[in-house]
Amino acid sequence: MTTTTTTPSAPTRARPYRGTKVRRQRVRAAWTFLTPMLVALALVAGWPLLRTFYFSLTDGTLSALGDASFIGLENYLVYDDGAWYGLLTDPLWWRSVWNTLFFAVVSVSLEVVFGVIVALILNAEFRGRMLVRAAVLIPWAIPTIVSAKMWAWMLNDQFGIINHLLMALGIIDAPIAWTASATYSMWAVIMVDVWKTIPFVALLALAALQMLPKDCYEAAEVDGIHPLRVFFKVTLPLITPALMVAVIFRLLDALRVFDVIYVLTSNASSTMTMSIYARQQLVEFQDVGYGSAASTLLFLIIALATVAYLYLGRNRLQLGGE
Amino acid sequence: MHKKPLITAIALAGAVTAGIGQAQAAELTISCGAVGVELTLCQEGVAAWEERTGHSVDIVSTPNSSTERLSLYQQILSANSSDIDVLQVDVVWPGLLANHLLDLSETLGEDATAGHFPAIVENNTVDGRLVAMPWFTDAGVLYYRKDLLEEYGFEPPETWEQLTEIAREIQAGEQAAGDRIWGYVFQGRAYEGLTCNALEWVASYGGGTIVDAEGNLTVNNANAAAALDLAASWIGDITPEGVLNYTEEEARGLFQSGNAVFMRNWPYAWSLAQGEDSEVRDRVGVVKLPHGPEGESAATLGGWNLAVSRYSENPELAADLVAFLTGEAEQKRRAIEGSYNPTLERLYEDEEVLAAVPFFGTLYDTFANAVARPSAATGESYGRVSNAFFDTSHSVLSGEMSATDALAQLEGQLRRLERRWK
Repeated sequence: MTTTTTTPSAPTRARPYRGTKVRRQRVRAAWTFLTPMLVALALVAGWPLLRTFYFSLTDGTLSALGDASFIGLENYLVYDDGAWYGLLTDPLWWRSVWNTLFFAVVSVSLEVVFGVIVALILNAEFRGRMLVRAAVLIPWAIPTIVSAKMWAWMLNDQFGIINHLLMALGIIDAPIAWTASATYSMWAVIMVDVWKTIPFVALLALAALQMLPKDCYEAAEVDGIHPLRVFFKVTLPLITPALMVAVIFRLLDALRVFDVIYVLTSNASSTMTMSIYARQQLVEFQDVGYGSAASTLLFLIIALATVAYLYLGRNRLQLGGE
Repeated sequence: MHKKPLITAIALAGAVTAGIGQAQAAELTISCGAVGVELTLCQEGVAAWEERTGHSVDIVSTPNSSTERLSLYQQILSANSSDIDVLQVDVVWPGLLANHLLDLSETLGEDATAGHFPAIVENNTVDGRLVAMPWFTDAGVLYYRKDLLEEYGFEPPETWEQLTEIAREIQAGEQAAGDRIWGYVFQGRAYEGLTCNALEWVASYGGGTIVDAEGNLTVNNANAAAALDLAASWIGDITPEGVLNYTEEEARGLFQSGNAVFMRNWPYAWSLAQGEDSEVRDRVGVVKLPHGPEGESAATLGGWNLAVSRYSENPELAADLVAFLTGEAEQKRRAIEGSYNPTLERLYEDEEVLAAVPFFGTLYDTFANAVARPSAATGESYGRVSNAFFDTSHSVLSGEMSATDALAQLEGQLRRLERRWK
């Protein structure tokens, strides 16, 4: 991107500069400041990750971790007695992968759309704006466990207020089992997640909106451009970098979603995500080997999704810039 | 300077009293369930023991879903934590948790279990070690609305088909009169309780118990499929779809507020349905569960035991608390106040108990011959087997799959697991 302008002159200037004393000192200082963080990262992220990967190659159980023996890739895939076994052949695992991706894509898309709308409203000048801004943050401030439990009651099929309202309005004529039925439960958890996370996206979008230069809009107004066109041609491109950040945060969160779904629908297979699957194997079935294999794949899938997103995002930005 | 000796003296005195305090009054922790009045009864029983011995006991409440409670215990115990001294353990767990539990016959003596149902004592004995004392037993029973069945001229059902018809007719009649009432509720969430419910349907159709005593898979048969198909036909007809996310308490909530004709539940619901704030007080009857065309009524054996963690810092006191809570006086009180089934045989002839809970007498055979879940045959894999079974049942109930397909798939799934216990 920006490098294109500096590249022609860079080789001639950069090479002698790299060897200077100041440069060396700076590099050393950078490493000195970076080391604590790298050590901390290695301890809290690298070590557990490697350990999980190691466990995924063993048959360890939670009650007897010391007796774990190395079994290679058997937890992932093994041919035995004329049939394939292992995580990669488990239909439930693939279902939870699909559920997770579906949940992530749908909920993050909805969050971005609604988040931007809320941000646009909050960006407008009106009385009591500060109050509304604070109020909007409430869903984000409530711990997920609490809000999920709250929604579980509101979505209750017999006594829940959602069914009561919909029936009073005549939209449905029999109560819907939101968290129980295979058709609705995924949408119910998506709705709760969207409700909770709109404030987060809205906040980031709002921050970007307030940084926008006023003159663009004044120019647009003078030229008599339709506001919708202004939004798509001016506002949206300008806040896209901020939205990209929001999306990457939300995507990572959504891909490892656990709490909201576990509280609302427990282990039901129609909403089971990769995290719930891994937890069930690790904790409920005490199978550290198999559960670690699931966790390792979960990590790989998230890493892959992130890399793909960043790659696509960068390309698109570049196209937009040129 | 002259202040120093004083401070030392105070500190010493404090240390001494603290030392004495520790020797005299220990602090124990017990985990009790909180389903229905369970927690209150536990608090009262614990308070009585505290008064007798002068020690203090903390009660930690645990999740109501037994599946989640097991996970919690497993996490605490695999960390060798001394956080909980006395654990309330399900009848299917002794095999899973035995390594973490004390042999109670060492502290309480060999005859500690005298008078208790031998089958439960045997269930709680793992490799010759008594890892838990029987506290109360459980078996699924059918609750019905006496007043409604009388009004419509029905006798309590003996077969599932009869139940379906009666429920449908009463539900239609009441709904026509503007009353939102459902025919039948049970525990349909994907958790251990659904395993209990589905096992009752399958076993009462002559479809076996998933895995037989020798560890052979028996679940994929026509009777089991017929049982599950019938159960699936209830959803949306006589049973609200929400039952697919119901545990014991949600089902009781619906029945006790007068919104269901029949309910499958454990005996504890009786004392609550007969409570002063109950909408259906004195309008409830209890009979054994119906059966299929070829089988006999089957009730899943449930029940809870008390065990002492191996990592407890006061194992003897903890064992004493267990002995007190599982003793005759306490079991009798719990039977009368909370309709918890005693594990002591002679209490089923006790007049006060029978006056409070009449069906302890009439359904004695059901309790004595309840069908066990295949936890013994599958050992450490029981959790997986049960999980596979309730997931399958859940997908049949929710209409995702036909019972025949689902059971064939379940068989394939269990075949993969089979190598773990065979």
